[in-house]
Amino acid sequence: MADEKKYYLPEGLPTPRAQRTGLDNEFWAASKRHELMVQRCNSCKAFQWGPEFLCHECRSFDMGWHKVSGRGRLYSWVRCWNPVHPALKEACPYIVAVIELPDAGNVRMVGNLLGDPMQNPPFDVAVEAVFEDHPEATLVQWKLTP
Amino acid sequence: MSEYTIKDRVAIIGVGETKYYKRGQAPVPEFRLACEAIIKAADDAGIDVRDIDGISGYADDRNEASRLATALGLKHLGFAGMVWGGGGGGGSGAVGNAAAAVAAGYSKYCVVFRALAQGQFGRFGQAPVTNYVSGSPAYTAPYGLYVPAQWVALRTRRFMHQYGINQEPLAAVALADYYHAQFNPRAVMYGRPLTREEYDKSRWIAEPFHLFDCCMENDGSAALIVTTADRARDAKQKPAYIMAAAQGSNYRHNATIENSADYASSNFKTLAPRLFEMAGITPKDVDCAQMYEHFSGAVMISLVEHGFCKPEEVMEFVTFENITAPKGKLPINTSGGNIAECYMHGLELVNEAVRQVRGDSTCQVPDCKISLVASGPMVSPVSDLIVHSI
Ligand SMILES: [Zn+2]
Repeated sequence: MADEKKYYLPEGLPTPRAQRTGLDNEFWAASKRHELMVQRCNSCKAFQWGPEFLCHECRSFDMGWHKVSGRGRLYSWVRCWNPVHPALKEACPYIVAVIELPDAGNVRMVGNLLGDPMQNPPFDVAVEAVFEDHPEATLVQWKLTP
Repeated sequence: MSEYTIKDRVAIIGVGETKYYKRGQAPVPEFRLACEAIIKAADDAGIDVRDIDGISGYADDRNEASRLATALGLKHLGFAGMVWGGGGGGGSGAVGNAAAAVAAGYSKYCVVFRALAQGQFGRFGQAPVTNYVSGSPAYTAPYGLYVPAQWVALRTRRFMHQYGINQEPLAAVALADYYHAQFNPRAVMYGRPLTREEYDKSRWIAEPFHLFDCCMENDGSAALIVTTADRARDAKQKPAYIMAAAQGSNYRHNATIENSADYASSNFKTLAPRLFEMAGITPKDVDCAQMYEHFSGAVMISLVEHGFCKPEEVMEFVTFENITAPKGKLPINTSGGNIAECYMHGLELVNEAVRQVRGDSTCQVPDCKISLVASGPMVSPVSDLIVHSI
């Protein structure tokens, strides 16, 4: 039997890194500490994702970060069969999931749904974040809450 | 009637296209394809190509207006406009921009064009290969979420879940496109009919999209000529008058990392009411529709958001019988569209709408007076157009 995979998807996909503008430094730094952060307005407390320089609710430029629980619900998912990147040639099928975070104003995040790629999970079930450490960055993956 | 409208002030008087090729099969460069299509549209309109004085494009077309004007020997360039981003979502918007330019007097004859040789440049369905990624793709690419087939599938699946929809409406759209293409000698899939069995057996790209639910990859160019209603009266062809045009986006539709405020939307919810208001008609008045189909599943959502049926009615409304010409309740994509005529980023759908109201479609809807075009569901911006004959 093969060893359990080190990562959900093979190596060779691009490594995420923070924007040069500094807009999302905090997210990537927190992920390395296995903490999940979402942008939040310091003025009106609205959550916002993806990150932006100002708050879409109140136009304040005073944006901060808020640590969330890492518990979410499976809003949608897709089983991908087409290797759209050379690194994915042997990795299909795989599941990409969109996760809503009820404790962060229902902002959504994207990750892979860990486990059997042929599973058919129901919509809206509970999931939780799993941190997948790579040499230069930590990815935020998701698994069904047992 | 409001003074601030283009309704019936402007018409499309000519359409043209190069031969449509499979990806990589065009024997000449993309820029030359663009010039050929523009010359053909001018010929169809019965105007001297040098009298074109406006150029309207979309999807960040590589073939710049100034180079085209120079190469074609245009006497004067009075308008050069581009719909920002959005890919095929700008198709009807480019016609809307041309209409505005003509109505405002910037241009007398404005050409709208799209040239696309995916064989000569990067493919939309493949990811660029880089070592690092930052900005919003940093939150999607490392997870293998790269291409429209995948994120359109995510939104389509959420919609299907919410309204209890199965594969049937998707199959109906793919089969209708292929059916219509069998009457259209311009279509890349002309002479290549598709059966339900072949559809079901075709490989998955991203569930719920089979291979045949996806647009093709093609080389070619299409163009059309827009002018004022006054000039259109003397045109060689029966004019297709523009009843209404609209472009734009719902509230925060383009929020990144799959955060559109209204997720399972085709992004037409705020556009379509403006479109019908300008046209002064209701969805029931539309005789046939050209509904952009990068992927079959997005079509049912576009139909819903244009008011052709309610989401709960999709399973009964989006059937092969209902959406095929000549007898369907609402024939759609009567040239074969992006799935079976040519993926010309939806400009082939605009040309087909013109042909329908002129009465010279290869799959003519009997007594077709009004045709609607919906360009680019789910992207931002999207755009709409209604043409009619008077
Ligand atoms: Zn705020």
